[in-house]
Amino acid sequence: MSILKLIIKREFIAKVRNKSFIVMTFLSPLLMVGLAAFVGYLSTMKSDVKVIAIHDESGLFLNDFKNSEDYNYIDRSKESLTSLKDSINAEKFEALLVIPKELDNKKLASEIKYISNESPDPDFVSELETTIAKRLTKSNFEIAKLDTLAIKNAEAKVSILLSKASGEENVKGLNYIKVFIGASFGYLIMMFIIIYGNMVMRSVIEEKTNRIIEIIISSVKPFQLMMGKIIGTSLAGVLQFVIWAILAGTLFFVASLLLGINITPPAAGMVSTAAEGSIGGLQLYVNEITKLPLITLVISFLVYFIGGYFLYSSIYAAIGAAVDNETDSQQFLLPIILPLMLAVYVGFFSVLNDPHGTVATTFSMIPLTSPIVMLMRIPFGVPWWQLLISLVILFGTFFLVVWFAAKIYRIGILMYGKKPTWKELYKWLKY
Amino acid sequence: MNNILEVKNVVKQYGDYTALNNVSLQVPKGSIYGLLGPNGAGKTSLIRIINQITMPDKGTVLLDGEPLNLAHVKDIGYMPEERGLYKSMKVGEQALYLAQLKGLSKAEAKKQLDYWFDRLEIQGWWNKKIQELSKGMAQKIQFVVTVLHKPKLLIFDEPFSGFDPVNANLIKDEILELKKQGSTIIFSTHRMESVEELCDDIALIHKSNKLIEGKLIDVKKEYRSNAFEIGIMSSNVEGLMYQLTQKFTVGQANFKSLNDDLKLEIQIGNSTPNELLNILTQNGQVTHFVEKIPSVNDIFIQTVSK
Repeated sequence: MSILKLIIKREFIAKVRNKSFIVMTFLSPLLMVGLAAFVGYLSTMKSDVKVIAIHDESGLFLNDFKNSEDYNYIDRSKESLTSLKDSINAEKFEALLVIPKELDNKKLASEIKYISNESPDPDFVSELETTIAKRLTKSNFEIAKLDTLAIKNAEAKVSILLSKASGEENVKGLNYIKVFIGASFGYLIMMFIIIYGNMVMRSVIEEKTNRIIEIIISSVKPFQLMMGKIIGTSLAGVLQFVIWAILAGTLFFVASLLLGINITPPAAGMVSTAAEGSIGGLQLYVNEITKLPLITLVISFLVYFIGGYFLYSSIYAAIGAAVDNETDSQQFLLPIILPLMLAVYVGFFSVLNDPHGTVATTFSMIPLTSPIVMLMRIPFGVPWWQLLISLVILFGTFFLVVWFAAKIYRIGILMYGKKPTWKELYKWLKY
Repeated sequence: MNNILEVKNVVKQYGDYTALNNVSLQVPKGSIYGLLGPNGAGKTSLIRIINQITMPDKGTVLLDGEPLNLAHVKDIGYMPEERGLYKSMKVGEQALYLAQLKGLSKAEAKKQLDYWFDRLEIQGWWNKKIQELSKGMAQKIQFVVTVLHKPKLLIFDEPFSGFDPVNANLIKDEILELKKQGSTIIFSTHRMESVEELCDDIALIHKSNKLIEGKLIDVKKEYRSNAFEIGIMSSNVEGLMYQLTQKFTVGQANFKSLNDDLKLEIQIGNSTPNELLNILTQNGQVTHFVEKIPSVNDIFIQTVSK
């Protein structure tokens, strides 16, 4: 067996046998599903019905307020305002809607009051406003002696059809699916980098503190050891991810069957609400998803995953080599976490609004952010030359960083006792 | 080829600091070679270069006549001063892994391990984790993984530090046995008594430079002072002292003896020992007559403080 294979095997086995690895592998999906089920359960619970008292001196609106799941309306037009206000303070009802008697509709519209101690849900207030406005408009029509039926028939309803230049129909809300798919891949890469990059770093520190490092590198090249570590750890990570996916999938299925709760991922929820408003419905979505560049997406996921993970974990390995213990690593970790966070934010804010804009395009070229940002862009269709440039930059940087990391690693693993500064790390590069 | 290892004009610098300044060494095949020097002299730097952990800036290292290359990894066994093993790995698996890294096949490694575990009577440890072992036990394992692949050249950095006397002795015997089987052993140490006892050749490195190198005997001859310690039972002490001081430099000596005798240290200069002995025998009963040989410790301190 070749040396590299031996190292990979050892690292893999050491990771997989680790108790915390085993516990995490089997506990995390349980926790996640448990949490999701709990949230789902909470959302199915009915919230308290809020009672709104209506003091309508005009008598115009009483019939327009219909009780809903969340709000009940009661008519208190005959009671005095002062006693009603006292009732609010005594918490007999949530709020009081005061509509004065006013013949001029314009004046009336500006004199309606909503009195409550709690600040109201803005959606609810605008709902009230719409209800009142509708009635007032109708009343205005009548005052002006307009034919309300004719007006109703004359009202136009518009739903804009989205389509591409090629003539294919497009679906509203499809952006959400695209972002969701791209984002989950990008997010996956970020999680993987943080979790397993850290593992690589810890494993390097472990060898240093165990002092076995000198024995190992008298047999193998530091570069081989570093690569073996990174690959071995990532294989363990892939295994963990696969187990998570299978377990979580099964558990979600079982949980939703058992509890009868509809646990749909948020994006799917978005899709279905968006779909209701559009013409084609679900069928169109399925068509659209199958039209996404799935093969490109999966292949680029793998390629960016490899490039991004190796790039970052070799930095992690270099950091591990430079320090003596994990607490010392903090100062060097910030520059790693920062671009990752940035990439995710750029992905969510910039790519969604303008997938081919300057910001999104730039960040999909910068190697530290491209694995995440580019993956989010791919569902929107990225020209192949951009992909190519981005990949060339990523892998070019990757080789450069691995080379630097290996240098720092080579020196760092034999340095004990003091916390290096950035300046010293730079000096090590020249040894 | 009589030298298993030849270090030729090796220079190693870390930034502005010169760790090795034009150092050359010749380690004869089959010898036990003591690499001496105070802390920070450059011993570890040199050992790391021999182990190809770091590369020299200038100069070459020949192993068995060939310039060092990756294939030589399997010919060298190295026990660093800072011992360490994977704490949570089982003893057997760990030893197998390290042996395989040195190029042994799994089966061969297993065979060798069985031999050594038998020999050191540690058969029951195979499935134990290092963290379950005592420090001394872990060091036995450390020794086994160093010699497992039957290297031509063994390098021990401070081999006896941390061993209790029983284990230290055991390891010493094993080292002598390995020498008998044809291995060459390099010791890096500042424990002089073990050098005195075991080494055939020594080299002294101080402040990045090699100061002394050669057969232990030759080095000692070079540093001999032609002084003798004598003990004598004499009735004519005054006459004897007069005769002695006429010819030699005489001082008081301090050694243990069963008799209540006169103890002197005498510098004979260019005279022969027999001339001294003649004077002594004419004046009484000689109870002690020993050439004062410089100990490695003396040479070490003398050279380093020069």
